[in-house]
Amino acid sequence: MLSRLVFVSAPVLKSTAPLGAGLVQASRSVHTSQQSLAPVPALPEKGGKVRYGLIPEEIFQFLYPKTGVTGPYVLGTGLLTYLLSKEIYVINHETFAAASIGIVIVYGIKKFGPSVAAFADKLNDEKVSKVREVKELAVSNLQQAIEDEKKEQWRAEGRQNLFDAKRNNVAMLLEINYRERLHMVTNEVKKRLDYQIALQNLQRRMEQEHLVSWVEKSVVKSITPQQEKESIAKCITDLKMLAKIEQARPTV
Amino acid sequence: MADKPVPIAQRRLMDVKLGELPNWAATRDFTPNGILSAVRRGHDRFYNKYINVKRGGIGGVAMLLTGYVVLSYIWEYDHIKHDRWRKYH
Repeated sequence: MLSRLVFVSAPVLKSTAPLGAGLVQASRSVHTSQQSLAPVPALPEKGGKVRYGLIPEEIFQFLYPKTGVTGPYVLGTGLLTYLLSKEIYVINHETFAAASIGIVIVYGIKKFGPSVAAFADKLNDEKVSKVREVKELAVSNLQQAIEDEKKEQWRAEGRQNLFDAKRNNVAMLLEINYRERLHMVTNEVKKRLDYQIALQNLQRRMEQEHLVSWVEKSVVKSITPQQEKESIAKCITDLKMLAKIEQARPTV
Repeated sequence: MADKPVPIAQRRLMDVKLGELPNWAATRDFTPNGILSAVRRGHDRFYNKYINVKRGGIGGVAMLLTGYVVLSYIWEYDHIKHDRWRKYH
């Protein structure tokens, strides 16, 4: 079945091959005729050549091989003679009217032809230049748009630098905040520890003082009057002995 | 140089020989559509050759006017016949 699909699609693909890659599936063909990308051909400059304003040049060229240059003129003369002699063309009042009108027309064309042609050409040129102006304007606008687009792309690239700077700022802020908080934490912890130390010191000092004062008090209390008298008597005897020794020394 | 004989129906009028003219005329398309398309083709040929140009001359318009004059003379001939100068030619 797939082979049949290949057979069916091959001629269709061949006929649409010039449109290039990226083609849709063979069952759907969107553009079936050749697209020609050539610009529209310009109008021809001059019309077909006409001799004496009436007879196209082709008749002269057609008769030239057989009858030479004078052929068509002879043909014309003979035709005219035939028409007149057989009165197929009748000379009546209309002939004079036609002749007068013909002379006036020919004179008018010969005199005013070139100026009218120049005027018409000028009109045409104005039209063409106007349209061309529009086209030029559009082209220049588009080119300007291209330039601007490129500039915007360049600017978009530069945005990376902006982001880097901003990122640096943010990182620095974070760092500052972190350090501040670290300091705060250490300070608080130190304060707590100092408090505990001070507390312990205070406790120990108070215990010491209390103990010392308690011992003093108990010692003072334990000195009874009896002991006081005895200790005073001992001190007096010691002093007397010391005085005796002191008296006795200089004599040695 | 001997070309392959082209069938008469496809040849242009200028290539048809005089003796073959009736044969050629028989192959032409005389339906209304055919006649209309022939008139349109002729008009397009004349128009694009003599009028639809950048700097046309008097030739195109003059030929049309001359053709009009001749045609109207032909249509009026039965009436103009009575102005003839001689009876026997």
